[in-house]
Amino acid sequence: MSKINELFKKEISVVNVGLESFYNELKSQDVKAIHVDWRPPAFGNKKMSSLLSRLKSK
Amino acid sequence: MGVNYEIRKNTYYDSVTLMLISKDISKIEGVNDAIVGMGTDLNKELAERIKMSNDEIKAIAANDFFISADLSDDSVWESVIGKLNELLNKKASENSMDYKPKSINSALTYQSDSNIAIISVPGEYAAAEARKALDEGLHVMLFSDNVSIKDEKDLKELAYEKGLLMMGPDCGTAIINNVPLAFANVVNKGDIGIVAASGTGTQEVSVIIDKLGKGVSQVIGTGGRDLKEEIGGISMMQGLDALIKDDATSVIVLISKPPALDISKKILEIASKSPKPVVVDFIGGDYDMIKSYGVYPSVTLEDAARKAVALSKGEKPVDFIGFSKSESEIESMVQNEVDRFDSKQKYIRGLYTGGTLTDEAMKMLGSDFGCIYSNIPLDPKCKLGDSSKSIKYTCIDLGDDEFTQGRPHPMIDPSTRAERLILEAEDETVAIILMDFVLGYGSNEDPVGEMIESIQFAKDNAKKRGQYLCVVGSICGTDKDPQNLIESQMKLEENDVIVMPSNAQAVRFVKKTIEKIG
Repeated sequence: MSKINELFKKEISVVNVGLESFYNELKSQDVKAIHVDWRPPAFGNKKMSSLLSRLKSK
Repeated sequence: MGVNYEIRKNTYYDSVTLMLISKDISKIEGVNDAIVGMGTDLNKELAERIKMSNDEIKAIAANDFFISADLSDDSVWESVIGKLNELLNKKASENSMDYKPKSINSALTYQSDSNIAIISVPGEYAAAEARKALDEGLHVMLFSDNVSIKDEKDLKELAYEKGLLMMGPDCGTAIINNVPLAFANVVNKGDIGIVAASGTGTQEVSVIIDKLGKGVSQVIGTGGRDLKEEIGGISMMQGLDALIKDDATSVIVLISKPPALDISKKILEIASKSPKPVVVDFIGGDYDMIKSYGVYPSVTLEDAARKAVALSKGEKPVDFIGFSKSESEIESMVQNEVDRFDSKQKYIRGLYTGGTLTDEAMKMLGSDFGCIYSNIPLDPKCKLGDSSKSIKYTCIDLGDDEFTQGRPHPMIDPSTRAERLILEAEDETVAIILMDFVLGYGSNEDPVGEMIESIQFAKDNAKKRGQYLCVVGSICGTDKDPQNLIESQMKLEENDVIVMPSNAQAVRFVKKTIEKIG
């Protein structure tokens, strides 16, 4: 069975990254969810972020 | 008097939170204009453009929060900061007991059975987060837009390789295992599976299926660009294949704007081999070409829902091109409206929050009236020069990018549409305002209630100059949605709004009325 068809048979368990309102709405429906306290990488500094991602990909 | 500002370093809030705060701050007496945001390039440019920036603001990073306000009196600043702190404290107290990890990786350590990631970070960071989720074996719903087409293709190929769902980018609606994700309605469980490259179009179809007493097995979103040549329909083909193999699905519905021809053929080829009946609504697509593949083409979103329901019941589907009410009832309703207009009134103004619903309206109004002007016209020659000013017959998608730069989508914050309605109603040549009201998760908690005041104001204004303004609407919502469907409909009807059971019927009614005006 494909992974997508397996998903259709399981309980949904969500990782929410971004808008917290989506997480709140899932919780209000008793859906299993965890909210990632996401922030722009490297404190929002684009140059640093690009350097970091290059380092990580090495 | 002048611009006051405050910067809070390393303090991050998501865009919807900030825009809603911005809206509340702007309402404070003495605030001429205000911008509340993170120090992204876009926000800094916006602040500069509206002359609310300075060197300190220019130097901040995307992780720094700032507020800048143009005040008629500097003493108001204290109340602005007071209100800001109150709103942010309220926000901080929400879910304060919940563990919130800093990354997808650590989220998985805590919740190891996670199987789907919903990603709605700013576009420039979205592809990287989606890639992390796919690498961890999660299915992905990518709500963010402003993701490059190359990133979209790479992500979808990666997902395909791994056998995972990659819904989006720019995927606003999905229902997986009966859980509405992002902007979606609470719909009965049933045996109709949907794969769709359209947000509100999908909501409309799923809601009508529910109203007709049937339900959905899965609603898989693909994002609006999936059926473009560059992407090749990867997600739609994957979704279609999964629904064909899904025991709980017995009828399949595919929804999209007309795809690239090659892609259309590829999708229809797969659909033609499906052992389950497939209903296709390629809005404005070639009916006969679709039919030649042995699938069921549909003329509207409502028609797609009705055909799917008929097939699910084992009945023969027929084109639905009329009304739920009898022809004679509709004729008398039309006549009643026509009798109330004066000789100057002949135009319609469609004020939509849903892009696909706008498309459907323009397609159904057709070419009999000449151009249907729009910010997203079917024919490029009918594009409005200035989207803030309607001409003759106009249908506007207020959820389009140009209206949502730095503002929440009108499904979240109806104020842009409320202002626009009042503006349209000042035009003495306007006879009818056509609107959608989208309920469900993600949407404003009372989309109808928020519009009522401006509907009343617009109608009263017309009355004062001796005219009657007709407002026709449809509600895309079920009786299980968090908003109250019945109350919403009653509120509209009490305010002399004609509420039709679907967007298609609303447009059909408007068309009949305009034709009768002549």
